[in-house]
Amino acid sequence: MTVTAAPDAPLLQVGTLTKTFGGFTALDNISVDIRKGERFGLIGPNGSGKTTLINCISGALRPQVGSVVFCGEDITQLPPHLRARRGIARSFQIPRPFKSMTVLENLMVGLDFAAVGSSLPEEDVAMSILTRMGLASKAGASTDTLSQVELRKMELARALAVRPKLLISDEAMAGLSSSEVDEVLDLLISLGEEDITIIMIEHIMQAVMRFSERVMCLDAGRIIAIGAPAEVMANKRVQEAYLGT
Amino acid sequence: MFSMDLLLGAVVLGVLLGCFYAAVSVGLSVSFGLLDVPHVAHPAFLVLASYGVYQLNESYDIDPLLAGLAITPLFFLFGLLAYRVYYETFERRGSDAGVRGIAFFFGIAFIIEVLIILQFGVDQRSVSATYIGKSWRFGEFRIPIRQLVAFAVALALTVLLAVYLSKTFMGRAIRAVAQDEEALRLMGANPVRIKQFAFGIATAVLGIAGALLIIVAPVEPTLDRAYIGRTFCVVVMAGLGSISGTLIAAIILGVAESIVLTMFGASWAPAISFAMLLGVLAVRPQGLLGR
Amino acid sequence: MNKHRHSIAFWAGVAIFLVAVLSMTQIVRNEYPFFAGYVILQFIALAVAWSILGGYAGYVNFGTNAFFGVGVYTAVGLFKATGAPLVVQIAAAAVIGMLLGFAVGLLTLRMRGIFFSIATIALAIIIETFVMNWRFVGGAAGIQLQRPPVMAPFDSYVKMLFFVQALLAVTAVAIARYIQNSRIGRGLQALRDDELAAECTGVPTLKLKLVACMISGALISAAGAPAAMYLQYADPSSAFNLSYSVSALAMALIGGTAHWIGPVLGAILLGSTQQLLAVTISSEVNVLVLGIMLVLFVVGAPKGIIGLLRPRYRLRAGGKP
Repeated sequence: MTVTAAPDAPLLQVGTLTKTFGGFTALDNISVDIRKGERFGLIGPNGSGKTTLINCISGALRPQVGSVVFCGEDITQLPPHLRARRGIARSFQIPRPFKSMTVLENLMVGLDFAAVGSSLPEEDVAMSILTRMGLASKAGASTDTLSQVELRKMELARALAVRPKLLISDEAMAGLSSSEVDEVLDLLISLGEEDITIIMIEHIMQAVMRFSERVMCLDAGRIIAIGAPAEVMANKRVQEAYLGT
Repeated sequence: MFSMDLLLGAVVLGVLLGCFYAAVSVGLSVSFGLLDVPHVAHPAFLVLASYGVYQLNESYDIDPLLAGLAITPLFFLFGLLAYRVYYETFERRGSDAGVRGIAFFFGIAFIIEVLIILQFGVDQRSVSATYIGKSWRFGEFRIPIRQLVAFAVALALTVLLAVYLSKTFMGRAIRAVAQDEEALRLMGANPVRIKQFAFGIATAVLGIAGALLIIVAPVEPTLDRAYIGRTFCVVVMAGLGSISGTLIAAIILGVAESIVLTMFGASWAPAISFAMLLGVLAVRPQGLLGR
Repeated sequence: MNKHRHSIAFWAGVAIFLVAVLSMTQIVRNEYPFFAGYVILQFIALAVAWSILGGYAGYVNFGTNAFFGVGVYTAVGLFKATGAPLVVQIAAAAVIGMLLGFAVGLLTLRMRGIFFSIATIALAIIIETFVMNWRFVGGAAGIQLQRPPVMAPFDSYVKMLFFVQALLAVTAVAIARYIQNSRIGRGLQALRDDELAAECTGVPTLKLKLVACMISGALISAAGAPAAMYLQYADPSSAFNLSYSVSALAMALIGGTAHWIGPVLGAILLGSTQQLLAVTISSEVNVLVLGIMLVLFVVGAPKGIIGLLRPRYRLRAGGKP
C-alpha cells in the first residue's frame, strides 16, 4: 500500500456515507473531513446515528453508499482489524474488556496484533501506557475487579496499545462522577497534544465544550450543524434536537 | 418410480408429519427461540416423555394421550428446576456462559439417554391403543390413523400454545421478557420468574409431544439425536420464537422429508432436516419467515 | 525469562515419553495394555485437538465425530483403493480433516454460539449419511479390513498402532502448546471473550478461526485414521458415533481449557476410568459417568481440574468477586 497524501490533506475523509437497516435510514449522506491532530466532538440525541457513524469508520459496519478514506487510502471495504493496523482505534459505549485476561494482557492483544514494529519489549510498552492512564497498580488484576472509571480507562489504554493515529472514544464518560469525568477528559486532552487525532462522542456538554476544537451534531442520521463548539451550541436546530422533545 | 399419485400421497403425509414436527418443536421455540436458552437437551426431554408414556401405557394400560397429559405437570416442574439450575449457574454469572451453557445441556442430554438405556434397554418400544395399527384407505394410498390422531392433537397443541402466548396475560409477559427484560423489570415484574415459568411451559408441552412421538412410531433411547436436527431446523427456519412460523416451517420440513423418503429411500431421510438447518443457518440465520 | 527452560523441559518430557512408549512395545508381551492404552492416547489427541477450537476460541464443536469419521473413512477408502500404508492413510486423513475444518471455519462467519454447535452436528449427520450410501466402503453395513503385515521393530500390529497414536497425541499436544504460547493463542482468547472488540484491536478474527478449525480438524481426523486398522473393521454408525463428540468435549472441559495440560489430564483421568468401567460394569455406565462429570464440572468447577489445582485460573473463573 502506498500512502501519498499531501501533508495538509485530512486524516479522515468521510464521503456521502449512507447506512440503512431494513427500511430505517441510520445515516443519510454524511460527509465530513477530519484534520490531523484535531479534537473533534460528535454530539446528537440518542438514535441520531453517532454510534453507527463510528461503526462505519472503525469497520464494524459497512455502509451501503459512500466511502471512508484514511491517510489517503480508501478503507471502506476493509475489515476492522486492518483498519486497526492502519491506526484507527476505538473504545466502546458499553465497555467490552477481554474478560478472561488481566488488564495487562488486554493491552498485549493490541500490541501483538496491531502495533507492529516496536523495538521495546511489549510488556514494557503496555506498562508505560498503563502508568500513563493511572492503571499501573491494576496491571495484574482481572477485568471484573475494575471500577467503572477504571474500565473506561482500560478501554482507552487498550485502544492506545494499537498505536492509533485516530482514536474514537464512544461515550467514555457515561456514568462517571464529575471528578472522574475531568480525570478522563484530561487524559484525552493530553493524548490530543501528542498528535493523536480524537473523535469524542459525548452527552456531557461541558466535556464536549472543553474538549473539542470542532463539534458536529447529528439528528436522525443527518448533519444539522458543524463548526466551533460555541457556534454549534447556539444553533437553533441543535437546541431543538436536544431540548425540543 | 415417479408418479403424480405418489407425489400427492407424499405431500399429504408430509403435511401430517409436519404438524407433528410443529408439536415437538414448539417447546423449543419458546425455550430457545424466546428465552435464548441453548437447549440442546430439548429432544432428550422429548424422548424421556415418550418413555414415561410408554411406562404408563405398559403398566396401567392408560391411553398414550392421557398418559402424556398425566406426565405434563411433572414435566412442568422438571422444566422449572432445569431453568433454575441453568439460571443460577450460567445466566447470572455471565462470564463464559456460552461454552459452558451449551456443554451443560449437551451433558444433560447424554445423561438422559443413558438413564433410559439402563432402565429400558436399547430396544425399540411402542404403545398400544385402539387407533394404532389401523389405517384409512383412499383409493391408491392409505393413511395410518395414528398419523391422523397425531396430526389433530399436534395442531391443537400448537394452536393452543400460540393463543396462550398472544392472548393471556402471562403469555404476553413471556413475549415481553424475550424482547425487553429491562422494561419488564421497571414495571415491577420479575423477569427471571417469568422466564422460569415459560421454560416450565415449554417443558410441560413435551408431555403431550412425547406421547405423539411414541404414537407415530416406536421410540429408542438415541432417537433424540435425529430430533436435534428436526426441532432446531424448525425453530431456526421459523424465525426464533415465532409460533405461527413454527407451524409453517414444520410443514415445510415434513413435506420435504416425506418427498425425499418416497423418491430416494429411507437411507437419505435423516440428513434432510440437518441439511435444511445448515442451509438456513448459512443463508438466512434470521429464519425464512423471521423478523 | 524461564520460557526457554520450560521449552527444554517440555521436549525432554516428550522424548522420555516416546522412548518409554517404544520400550514398552518391545518389553511387554501381553497385548491388552496396548489395546487400552491406544484408546486413552486417542482421547488425549481428541481432547487436546477439540480444545484448540472449543477451548481457546470458544466455538463449541459438537462435530468431533464428523472429523473422526472422516479420518476413519479416508483411511478405509485409501486402503481399499490403493493399499496405501498407515502413514499415508494418516497424512491423507489429516489433509481431508483440514479441508473439512476450513469448511467449518467458514461457518463461523455467519454463526456462533449454539448455532455453530448445532451446525457442526448437522455436518456430522450429513457426512455420515453420505458414507452410509457409499457402496465402495461398505455402506451402512460396514467393511472388514485385513491388516497388512506389521513393520519392524514391532512384533504386533496393535503395539505399532499404540506407538503411532502416541506420536499423534504428542503432535496434538505440541501444536496446542505452541498455539497457546504464541500470539495466535492470545488472539483466539481475545476473540472468544469478545469478537468485535478483538477485531477492533487488530485481531484478524476470521483468519485465526480458520486456522484453529483447520488445525483442530486435521488433528482429530489424523487421530481417527488408525481406528479402522485398530478394529479391523469400520461402519458409519461407530465411526461417526456422537460419543466421540461428548468424550472430546467432556474431557477437555473437565480437565480445563486454559492450558494444554487440562485436556491431557481430563483424557487420562476419564479415559482410564472409562476403560475400567467398560470392563468391570458396562459401556453404558461409563457414558453416564462421563455425562455426570461433565455437568458437575461445568456447574461447579468452570475452569476444570487445572482451575481447582492452580488458583491463577480459578481467579479468572469470573462471576465470583
